[in-house]
Parts: sequence; structure tokens; C-alpha cells
Amino acid sequence: MTITKKGKFGRFGGQFVPEVLMPALEELEEGYERFKNDPGFKQELDYYLQDFAGRPSPLYHARRLSKKYGLKVYLKREDLVHGGAHKLNNTLGQALLAKYMGKHRLIAETGAGQHGTATAMAGANLGLATEVYMGAKDTQRQRMNVYRMELMGTKVIPVTSGSQTLKDAINEALRDWVSNVEDTHYLIGSVVGPHPYPTIVRDFQSVIGNEVRSQIVEKEGRLPDSIIACTGGGSNAMGIFHPFVHDTDVKLFAVEAGGSGLKCTDKAALHSASLSVGEEGVLHGARTRILQDPYGQILESHSISAGLDYSGVGPELAYLAETGRIIAKNADDDEALAAFHELSRMEGIIPALESSHALAYLAKAADSGDLGEIVVINVSGRGDKDLETVLEKGAPL
Amino acid sequence: MRISEKFGELKDKKEGALIAYVCAGDGDTVGIVHSLVRGGADIVELGLPFSDPVADGPTIQASIQRALDAGMNPDTYFDMVKGLGVNVPLVVMTYYNLIFKRGLERFVTDCRDSEITGIIVPDLPPEESGELAGYCEQHDVDLIFLVAPTTKGDRLEDILKRGTGFLYLVSRLGVTGARADIALSTKEVLDRVKTDKPRAVGFGISSGEQAAEVVKSGADGVIVGSAFVDIIASGQDITQRLEELAREIKSSLG
Ligand SMILES: Cc1ncc(COP(=O)(O)O)c(C=O)c1O
Repeated sequence: MTITKKGKFGRFGGQFVPEVLMPALEELEEGYERFKNDPGFKQELDYYLQDFAGRPSPLYHARRLSKKYGLKVYLKREDLVHGGAHKLNNTLGQALLAKYMGKHRLIAETGAGQHGTATAMAGANLGLATEVYMGAKDTQRQRMNVYRMELMGTKVIPVTSGSQTLKDAINEALRDWVSNVEDTHYLIGSVVGPHPYPTIVRDFQSVIGNEVRSQIVEKEGRLPDSIIACTGGGSNAMGIFHPFVHDTDVKLFAVEAGGSGLKCTDKAALHSASLSVGEEGVLHGARTRILQDPYGQILESHSISAGLDYSGVGPELAYLAETGRIIAKNADDDEALAAFHELSRMEGIIPALESSHALAYLAKAADSGDLGEIVVINVSGRGDKDLETVLEKGAPL
Repeated sequence: MRISEKFGELKDKKEGALIAYVCAGDGDTVGIVHSLVRGGADIVELGLPFSDPVADGPTIQASIQRALDAGMNPDTYFDMVKGLGVNVPLVVMTYYNLIFKRGLERFVTDCRDSEITGIIVPDLPPEESGELAGYCEQHDVDLIFLVAPTTKGDRLEDILKRGTGFLYLVSRLGVTGARADIALSTKEVLDRVKTDKPRAVGFGISSGEQAAEVVKSGADGVIVGSAFVDIIASGQDITQRLEELAREIKSSLG
């Protein structure tokens, strides 16, 4: 057998991981191919998505926002999913898959704690031992999320290596997996990492876009003109975009965190806009766009929203951006904050700071005519977790 | 010197190879390498530090961090290696992004020009290695592959075919780092991996006693890293102790 390249989106993606993990990735791919169309698996996952996660999530016509911007704005309400974000769609899917594959331990990385919390929920519900790696800095910044995870029986392991944030938590989860690959499933939280993760996570998150499709057709009798989603690793974006990729009349906007400016210092970027201004490189198992220095050392990223604060982006997004199918944009910390306050006051919905970047792009682009008439924005999560951060920033302008 | 020559020479002398790993830029690298060679290291594997070393355990991670903090980068690395002046094969160990960013061919010719005769990339499985392997072949640099305890079947055959220089057998699941217990899985891997190419075992070996056992089980050499790096980290009598440990291990491989 000559091994051929697997899991590529154009030249992006692939499997750049230690040899020890290659058989595990192969096993995961086989397991996924075997169960994804298995009626029993699908039925069980649908059941959890409905009765445990609370799906389908509504597609809400934001009337006051629509009026202000002179467009018809629909909000996909992932903030109403159990746990307060889209993250559970993926963790339920992968945890169930792990169970079908005979694994009894889950590990995951988390930045702010959203994916960790969603993994803890799925792990507790499905009876799988769960351990979550979290940068030591993040465990301090997000104490309540650590406690939430612990309440659900998850062990949270602070990571003290490197910059002690999300990318180091991923490194440490990979090291754990290398050591315990036989009985453990690594439950990655976004459309990143080596093949088959970007595909698996995208598929499990596609429930978002599939629902939008039937909901918008029911409400409007047609597809939207544009869809806007915030993009860190890119799972809520790929989840809502994927079912529309072939509908080329629907514009797809991936909004990254512009942080405090699209600049870099020696060791860190002041933003997380790897799709917009990053360079090609290899990080966490995939060839994609990343933030790096001239030698290829990975730069730390920055965003007011922990969930977007990542130095890479999913390889499929890198590919779709290069082909022009999706359009990479960004919104900075201040614009996101303004949008956070605006949605809270105008619609009575407090969005996650991550999602606020997507909302901020509406404000930036509404006048340009680029968005068309009907716009769907993915409200990937609710903002309760961000109140402290917002409070620190003071009152809205 | 090419790696195959070295293994040929050692075979004639019925000696196992000691392959010593240290990370460039952590301490006085030139002095460190010379003391390892004085102690009997047959091949020196010189790490080029990367910010996100997923295959490494805490000891080597910390070494990499010290090297980065001290300003080590690929330009400095190749300059330094050019002036090393040791008469053993040199191997660079680094992660793929640094190679990718520099440009695959440029990286390989930089190796050739600084007398590095082998490349180890712990996050580059054979599936992704074709392009780099092409340049390595063109410029006479070995591309050394890792074989893990989990590598089996067709993939194992494929790696055995592709690997040049030597095969790097990983003794156990996990990351780099010294361990007391390595015997069982090592024997299992050696029994399974059948090839004419030299086989060196690494990950976890820290003493002459362990090294002797590994070579007795059929390996052509051992790779020792964390045990040397521990000495560097301690900051105490570094060159003298490195030389002593290298000598202790090397003398057990006869
Ligand atoms: C609410 C919310 N939205 C978005 C993200 C970003 O992740 P992704 O880009 O994978 O959707 C996160 C990550 O934690 C999140 O919690």
C-alpha cells in the first residue's frame, strides 16, 4: 500500500501529528465512517440533541435591529442551546461516537471553558470519565467555568507550560492522547486539528445550518442573502456555512477577532485574525493559516473574547477563504463590545462576546449594500459568562 | 559523516550507537556537544527549538523554552552548527512548521551546508513527508522516521521502506522523558519491526543499565535526551557530568 494524502481541503488540512497518533486518527476515521450513517447512532444523537440540548434552536427575526439597519436580520439562537453555546452540538456527537467506538475516557482542551463545559455535560450525561486541559492563566480568569466543570464530575487540569492559554492546553491534551491513545478519545472543540477532526466537527455542527435552511425557507420562502458568523477555530461558522457552500448566491462572512489592532509584537499578535492576515503554516496537526513570527514560531493571539483567542483557524475555512467562497472580515474589541451592548438593549438578548463580533460586522457593513436584504447572524452563545469582562470595560459609549 | 557509515563502523566493532539529544541554545551548546562527543556519543541530535513542541515531555519542553528565551532561531542555529567542529554525524530534530516556514528545500540545503546529515521531524508522519523526502534525497540528507508502539501493518511496512539513516523506535506510548520502566514494550517493538536498516530506540532511556538491556534485545543504538537535558537544567558541573553520563551509557553498549 502506498499511503496517499488524506483529509485535505485544497492544500490545507492533513495530519501533522506524532506517529503514535496516526493509528488513532485512522481508527477515528473508520469509526466515524461506520457510525455516521448508522440508524441507531443517528437516532440516539438526534434524541440527545432534541431532549437534552434543546434543539432545534429558534431562528428569530430581530425586529428592532432590522429596523435600525434597514435589513431583515435573523438571529440563529445557539445561545439557547443547553450550556449556552453551540459547543454542545459537537461534544454530544463526539462523546457518543467515542462510546460507540468503545472508549471510556474523554479528554478535551478549553480556553474560556465553554468547550470544556460542553464536554463535561456530554461526558456526565453519557457516563464517560472526562478530563479537561485548561491554561493555568485561564483557570484563574474563568474560575466559575472551572467550578461548573467540576460540579459535573470533570477533572480540570491546569496547564503551566508555554503561554498557559488555549494553544498550550491543546498541546497538553495532545500529549495526554499520545500517552493514553488506546482507551481515550480526544474531543477537539473546533474544526481544527488533524484530519478527520475538521470534518467530524463540521458535520456535527452542521445541524445549525441545516435548521437555518428549513427555518428561513419556511419564514421567507427563500434562502438568505448572507450569513455572518464569528470565527475562532471556526466551528460555529462551518456549522452554519456548510449546508450553504454550494448555494453561491448566499454570501458567507467569517468574522474574526481584530483584537486591539491588526499588528504584532515580537512574541504576540494583538489580534486573532489568522484567516484575514495570518500566513500559511502548520499548527496542531493541520496546514492552515496561522499567526507566526518570521521563523515560524507560533505567536500568542489576543481577543477580548476568550473563545476567539486562538493562533490558528480551521483548514477548511482557509481553503474556502482562498477560493473566495467565504469572505474573511474582522471586528475589533471595541466594536464587539458596542455590538454586545446594542443587542442586549435592543433585543433583550445578551450575546457572547464571541458572537458579538458577528453582530459587530452587521453594524459595519449594513450601509455598504454587501449584505443584501435578508441576513442570518449566528448568535453562537449567550453572554452571561462575559459579564465580568464587560463590567471591567465600563459603561457603553 | 553519513549516518550509515557510522552504523557500519560500529557494527564492525560490535558496539551499539549512543545518540545524544540536546536542544540547541539551552546553555553553551558548543561546549555541551563537545563533552557529549568526548564521552563517546556516536551521533548528536541537536534540537532546533519550536514554540509548541507537542511530542516532548516537561524536561525537554523546559529546555526548549530556555533556548527560545535565550534567542535561538534557525539562522543562529545553522551558523552555530557550521562552527561545531565535531567528527560525528549531526542530526537536526525540529517540528515541521519551522521547516515549512523556511522553505523545505532551503532548510535541507542549510542542513547540507552545515554538515547536518539527518532530519527528524516528530510531527511529520510518512503521509505528509513526500515533498521533504524528495529534497532530502536530492541533497543527500537522511530523513529519519519514528516508529511507535502503535505503528502496525501496512503503515509499518511503508515507514520501513521510506526511512533512511536509521529508524527511530519509540519505546512506549507517550512523550519524551526519562522513565524507569521501558523493557517490555521495547522488546515488543523490536520483535515487531523487522528491517535491515539500523534501529535505534528512544523515549525514556536514562542509564547505562537500561541502554544495555535495549541493545541486548537487538537494537543497534539508543537515543538519550531527557537525562542529558536534566544535567543541563541543573546548571551544576554541566560539561563534566554530561561527559560522564555519555561515557557510562556508551561503555554499556559494547
Ligand atoms: C459562544 C462561542 N462562540 C464562538 C466560539 C469560537 O469557536 P468557533 O470558532 O469554533 O465557533 C466559542 C468558543 O469557545 C464560543 O464559546
